[in-house]
Amino acid sequence: MWTGIPLFPERASTMAGRVDALYLFLIVVAVFFSALIAGLIVYFAIKYRRRAPDSIGTGIHGSMLLEITWSVIPLLITMVIFVWGASVFFAMSRPPDETLNIYVVAKQWMWKFQHLDGQREINELHVPIGRPVKMIMTSEDVIHDFFVPAFRVKADVLPGRYTSVWFQPTKPGRYHLFCAEYCGTRHSGMVGQVVVMDPSEYQTWLSGGAPEGSLASAGAKLFADLACNTCHRPDAQGRGPVLEGLFGKTVTLQNGEMLVVDEAYVRESILMPSAKIASGFQPIMPTFQGLVTEEQLLELIEYVKSLQALPQVQTR
Amino acid sequence: MSELIQHPALAHHFDSLEQQKEASTLGMWVFLVTEVLFFGGLFATYLIYRNWYPDAFAAASHELDVTLGTINTVVLITSSLTMALAVHAAQLGQRRLLLIFLVATMTLGAVFLGIKSVEYYHKFAEHLIPGPGFQFEKEPVHVRHAQLFFSLYFVMTGLHALHMVIGIGIMLVMWWWSWRGTITAEYYSPIEISGLYWHFVDIVWIFLFPLLYLIGRHA
Amino acid sequence: MASTALLPRRHYLNDGYGVKSWLLTRDHKRIGLLYLAGVTFFFFVGGAFAVLIRLELTTPVGDLVTDETYNKLFTMHGVMMVFFFLIPAIPSVLGNFLVPIMIGAKDLAFPKLNLASWYIYMIGALFTMYAIVTGGLDTGWTFYTPFSTVSSTSNVIPAALGIFITGFSSILTGLNFIVTIHRMRAPGMTWFRLPLFIWSHYATSLIMVLGTPVIAITILLVAAERLFHFGFFDPAVGGDPVLFQHLFWFYSHPAVYIMILPAMGVISELVAAFCRKPVFGYSFVAFASLAIAVLGFLVWGHHMFVAGQSVYAALIFSILSFLVAIPSAVKVFNWTATMYKGSVSWETPMLYAIGFIGLFTIGGLTGLFLASVGLDVHVTDTYFIIAHFHYIMVGGTIMAYLGGLHYWWPKISGRLYNEWLAKFSALVIFLGFNLTFFPQFILGYLGMPRRYHAYPPEFQVLNVLSSAGASILGVGYLIPMAYLMWSLRYGRAAGPNPWGAVGLEWTTTSPPPTENFTETPEVTWDAYDYQSTVDSRQSTFPAES
Repeated sequence: MWTGIPLFPERASTMAGRVDALYLFLIVVAVFFSALIAGLIVYFAIKYRRRAPDSIGTGIHGSMLLEITWSVIPLLITMVIFVWGASVFFAMSRPPDETLNIYVVAKQWMWKFQHLDGQREINELHVPIGRPVKMIMTSEDVIHDFFVPAFRVKADVLPGRYTSVWFQPTKPGRYHLFCAEYCGTRHSGMVGQVVVMDPSEYQTWLSGGAPEGSLASAGAKLFADLACNTCHRPDAQGRGPVLEGLFGKTVTLQNGEMLVVDEAYVRESILMPSAKIASGFQPIMPTFQGLVTEEQLLELIEYVKSLQALPQVQTR
Repeated sequence: MSELIQHPALAHHFDSLEQQKEASTLGMWVFLVTEVLFFGGLFATYLIYRNWYPDAFAAASHELDVTLGTINTVVLITSSLTMALAVHAAQLGQRRLLLIFLVATMTLGAVFLGIKSVEYYHKFAEHLIPGPGFQFEKEPVHVRHAQLFFSLYFVMTGLHALHMVIGIGIMLVMWWWSWRGTITAEYYSPIEISGLYWHFVDIVWIFLFPLLYLIGRHA
Repeated sequence: MASTALLPRRHYLNDGYGVKSWLLTRDHKRIGLLYLAGVTFFFFVGGAFAVLIRLELTTPVGDLVTDETYNKLFTMHGVMMVFFFLIPAIPSVLGNFLVPIMIGAKDLAFPKLNLASWYIYMIGALFTMYAIVTGGLDTGWTFYTPFSTVSSTSNVIPAALGIFITGFSSILTGLNFIVTIHRMRAPGMTWFRLPLFIWSHYATSLIMVLGTPVIAITILLVAAERLFHFGFFDPAVGGDPVLFQHLFWFYSHPAVYIMILPAMGVISELVAAFCRKPVFGYSFVAFASLAIAVLGFLVWGHHMFVAGQSVYAALIFSILSFLVAIPSAVKVFNWTATMYKGSVSWETPMLYAIGFIGLFTIGGLTGLFLASVGLDVHVTDTYFIIAHFHYIMVGGTIMAYLGGLHYWWPKISGRLYNEWLAKFSALVIFLGFNLTFFPQFILGYLGMPRRYHAYPPEFQVLNVLSSAGASILGVGYLIPMAYLMWSLRYGRAAGPNPWGAVGLEWTTTSPPPTENFTETPEVTWDAYDYQSTVDSRQSTFPAES
């Protein structure tokens, strides 16, 4: 039975080794200081045990040298840990430029994954090894948390916002996915599996395809169904801004502020169109709050992303 | 220990009236610090949302009645004046003046609450109470964030009003003690300490008024 | 030692009989005992929930209770333990009893307010118990939105109101301590002659007074949001659920220092008394308490490293979290150094003190794991966190509370308890505690999330070990209940100073008279001045008045 107690989760991502190394260093520091203190107090308790009922201790009041020493040394050690931890955290927070993006919609109590090609998965996520994968996540209801111990990755999934994590799997296999932010009745049932596959197997799986087509194509259909194309026209004759080539660009708002058009801005513009109006346009776009689901928002976002700039498009 | 007759107001665990007064005063200041932190959470929330939704907040703020708000501000500042005068009268042992100024302070406080109730009633009539009945016809595009503004408005002014009610209660007790003769030129620290509380409640309003009523308004 | 001691004829326990003399008392000592009754009861309520949790977790599937019930169990365990036991226990029981006596005063500055604090505590607790008994609360003690405001169908509002009300008890206690320590010290009792217990309670009171109002307004907003649908934390209306977390943790992080600083104050007293020498580095320990109180307000974001903060905010909170660890480390080193060349006795309070130093050190060191952001990402929201805070709160605070209770029991009750049973219980508690919580560090790193009702089978062995430990720990806590209560009736009289310790509380009778001292002491000695005591052969007051 005792050999069956695991101590570490599997290392299945490029970050796992770095996190484990930091962990091991901290264990060494902790064991050292715990043993030191425990050893000293036990040693002193025995060596200086009271021998006569009215004996007292030696009245030593303190030592500036000791105080400085045992303040400065721990301070230095903690600063080393801080820098190391910060460095690992920076790496975790900055995905590489080229990532395989997968959208996640969390809801009580399941994980819905949307691949760009259109595959939808529930509670099971297929990813290839050797490529950085970025999860772009939102929640339909309360706060959840996307946690894959084997990848050493974790981030809260919030309603009304997108958050993201990235990882690069290194080992094929099946790994636990847990929701790690308490979300109600079936919180401990909101678990799944991440299936890491060799690139060729992954291709095979991908080519199984999705009946509805890619996210972007579904978005295109929705764009037409909801009549977005009546105001957002590529020939700049519409009442709304041209969307071709807009994703990733910097735009100026009515109040003079500038921002980069990202997933969050597209989502906000659909749900709260008057919040940040582009300069030169009227606040006449109706809101689609309640008319589109989170998944449909993702389809529209992917569609907008896919719109390439046209050669002679006029920008205001 | 000397054989001085103990002042009737001296509590058994204090050595002198002086020590008791210092302790009570320090106690009230510490309490007021806790009140700053209590309202502070609300102010922090307000600042964040106003920063995010400035236009909606400005539009919502314009729905508040600046005239009534200004009158209330003047009323409250005047009540602080009468409170300070009450303390002064107490210090000089002027019982009649003390009683008059306490009544004046309470009356002004009641006027404030009365005007506040009128304002609340108006908001109710204009469908500006947050909840399912909330409407914001003037600028429908801001309706959601205007509701946030009004939620803050009611919680902040409501909490302030509650503190006013408690303050009036305290003043009633002070009036009773003054009338009974408990308050003398030697022992007036309860009036002073109650005054501290009253001034604090006034100061909270001094912050609330511009933040809630005067967003984006020009002369 | 105290073999021929007698109880004093007149003392605070026999100064008036009957329910009214207790329920309307203004005596800080009696109020301390009223709190003792309250916190003990709520400790066992919270403990009962813990037993059920650990029972459920012996198997990987949810077979003891439904998931809804389980969610209520861990929520209510947290709420009872945090708000109704850990925060009030040491300050309101030991602090209330000892602060006036240790500074040479007759009572706290505001005795009626002190009594009011107890009533407020009990009323708040009753509201919360009502919420528990009529269906329970399932939001977690952390009440995260929008789950608590929009999704939960449990008794959020009564529970929130209960916590809101009890918060005022904390605020008023802190206010009372601050004014008392500033204004009511006996002649000659300068700041740097104060026992370190007083410094700790002063620092704690600063936190109580500054932090608690923020949780008060936050929990009020949660209740208001639920009742009136205001939308402060609801993204559908433009609110921000993460704002709740900032407001919540702005108090709840300093709250953990409310839980540990008084405990550290107790340990300073125990180490000095049972080594019979001054605490090494007295002024460093005193200032460390203040430093912890101040820095403790600056680190709340370390609970939110994965909540969606900016990277830079996370790094600022990380570095500050490392800084706040330093004064705690300084204290541990100073206590250890106090034992050097001491006259170390192994009586029960010292066993608890030594246990505290060891376990708090481990708990505090695991805090470094969490301050390190890159590592925290992996272990946050797992059993690693649970192990970390239980090492500090149970291995730390509760051990110190028991140590202090045993140390001052003779003073409070006038009686001695059975030393062998006491030592035995201390050992059982120490072993049970470690078996319960050490495996949880491993479980956490493996990835077992917290608040899980059911878990993958490979986590079972560690969970079984933990549950086994919990049953031992539970028994360990019951034994002191028994022998302490027994001693009230049958224990030998303790005499004024059964430990041969130095401190104003040991110069008066056991139990003390209602006014604490027959004459106001005039202090001309430093804290823990064993040398002078021996030199002048200073005797304690006679047992009889």
